[in-house]
Amino acid sequence: MARAVLAGVLVIAGGILLAYLRVNPYLYFAGYVILQYVVIATAWNILGGYAGYVNFGTPAFFALGAYTAVFLIQWVRAPLPVLIVGGGLVSALLGLGIGYLTLRLRGVFFSIATLALAVVLQTMIINWEYVGGSRGMSVIRPPGPPFGSYVTFLFTVMLSLAVVAVMVARFIERSWIGRGLAALRDNEEAAECMGVPTLRLKLFATTVSGFLLGVAGAPFPYYVTFVEPNSAFALDYAVNALAMPMIGGTTSWIGPVIGAVLLGTAQQLATVTISSELNLFIVGVVLVAFVVLAPEGLLGLVRRLRGR
Amino acid sequence: MVAGLLLGGFYAAVSLGVSVIFGLLDIANIAQPAFLLLGAYAAYLMNTSFALDPILTGILFTPLFYLLGAVVYRVYYESFERRGEESLRGLVFFFGLLFIIEVSLSLKFGVDYRLVQAGYIGKSIDLGGVGIAFRLLVPCLVGIGMTVALYLFLGRTFYGRAIMAVSQDRLALRLMGADPVHIKTIAFGVGIAAASLAGALLVTIAPVVPSTDRDYIGRMFATTVLGGMGSIPGTLAAGVILGMVESLMSTFFGPSWSLAVSFGILLIVLAVRPAGLFGR
Repeated sequence: MARAVLAGVLVIAGGILLAYLRVNPYLYFAGYVILQYVVIATAWNILGGYAGYVNFGTPAFFALGAYTAVFLIQWVRAPLPVLIVGGGLVSALLGLGIGYLTLRLRGVFFSIATLALAVVLQTMIINWEYVGGSRGMSVIRPPGPPFGSYVTFLFTVMLSLAVVAVMVARFIERSWIGRGLAALRDNEEAAECMGVPTLRLKLFATTVSGFLLGVAGAPFPYYVTFVEPNSAFALDYAVNALAMPMIGGTTSWIGPVIGAVLLGTAQQLATVTISSELNLFIVGVVLVAFVVLAPEGLLGLVRRLRGR
Repeated sequence: MVAGLLLGGFYAAVSLGVSVIFGLLDIANIAQPAFLLLGAYAAYLMNTSFALDPILTGILFTPLFYLLGAVVYRVYYESFERRGEESLRGLVFFFGLLFIIEVSLSLKFGVDYRLVQAGYIGKSIDLGGVGIAFRLLVPCLVGIGMTVALYLFLGRTFYGRAIMAVSQDRLALRLMGADPVHIKTIAFGVGIAAASLAGALLVTIAPVVPSTDRDYIGRMFATTVLGGMGSIPGTLAAGVILGMVESLMSTFFGPSWSLAVSFGILLIVLAVRPAGLFGR
């Protein structure tokens, strides 16, 4: 545990050092997106990878975090830490809600319900004028950010959030909670019979997953400075949240991180060099290729090679 | 109200494929709306290049989509069903497929609205003071025709009955000397073909963009679940209910809410009565 904390602190320190160096500003700009995907993929994996409940509604949680932030900015011009905690808490509540949904819906039905949730929520946001409605709304960044530029500052913020998210996932995985979730993933009835508190564990997983997704979305308004429903609820988040852990490997905390860094970097490069449409196409193809050919992800491949 | 009723016949047509694939075969094909859109773009392409009637094109293309469906099922079977890990990874597989098709369509056709031309589009008939547009009436009638045809196919023919049997008891079917995988391939092909024909109806009713598929995920699954998972008459009834509720919502609250209706119904039905109205 202590070593993990030390490693996390070192990573954050490295990020702050990088922010001081003020290299090419595009690096921070792209780095933010990749780190945001590290948080999203890790959060998705707590529910999808550990507990085996596939959530297609990632955009709902992400956008809820972002729109909670917009609301707080509009209402009291709340500072960034308040936005992050607020966005996380509201998303966590939604997560708790879908946790109760798992009482009646399992497997495929749960996934379809989460997809439905995203669309219902998007419709509500579109019809809510206070946060911009369908036209969207611009957000003005606070003046005088550290490191000279707001994007650089957000980069360090997102790096810290990513480190926290990964440590939370690692802690869950190694504790009795992770073992309980793995048991209910493999066979929910059997786990229940063996005395695993399945409902409490599922509620815990959906809430934590929702919280982290909301946290990932909260700085989004300040990053893009113009929030509108189509970009906040983009299907890209749902696909990426799924694809990244699948590529890396869903059973370990490092899997989503590997997937997010690889796929996120590849997408950033493809957006710059080819086109953003084509880069989504690549994500889709890579996702399908991995679920068909390497269902255990890169980690599974490595494990299989070592085994021989 | 009348528009909602007509829309209902069309929604039933859209959802028939899901009823067969999801309801009877128990395969969560999230990519179904993508095949709907492929059908719509096929109709658009033939309409603009050769001035073919969209619905005629839809019917002509069904064998092609049947084959496409059969191939997709074979891949799915080989990769997931045979290994016994169908539910979750299969779902992700279809989600990826949906995404690939949608992005391919927008790469090929761009994100502009595409529409078709045909003699009856734009005309309407006056029935007791209510104007009924042909662009709604024709798809509704074709939709009802499809429903009846599929109902007869499932109830009266050997393969149809075999599909019903595979959904109930796979082992018994195998003991009777039929190959479940073969039967399921046929059923999957039929489901995809139905979706492509419904796509031709879709492009007749309204212009399409590649991202239209997202609107139909909810409608398809809401109709199927509400109709009772695989019940063909139930699908028609649920389609009509959905069409009416949607058109009432958009009259009273504005069209931006109509999309939430299907997903709202879906969430409520899933939470309250997952067996649907006509469920077993």
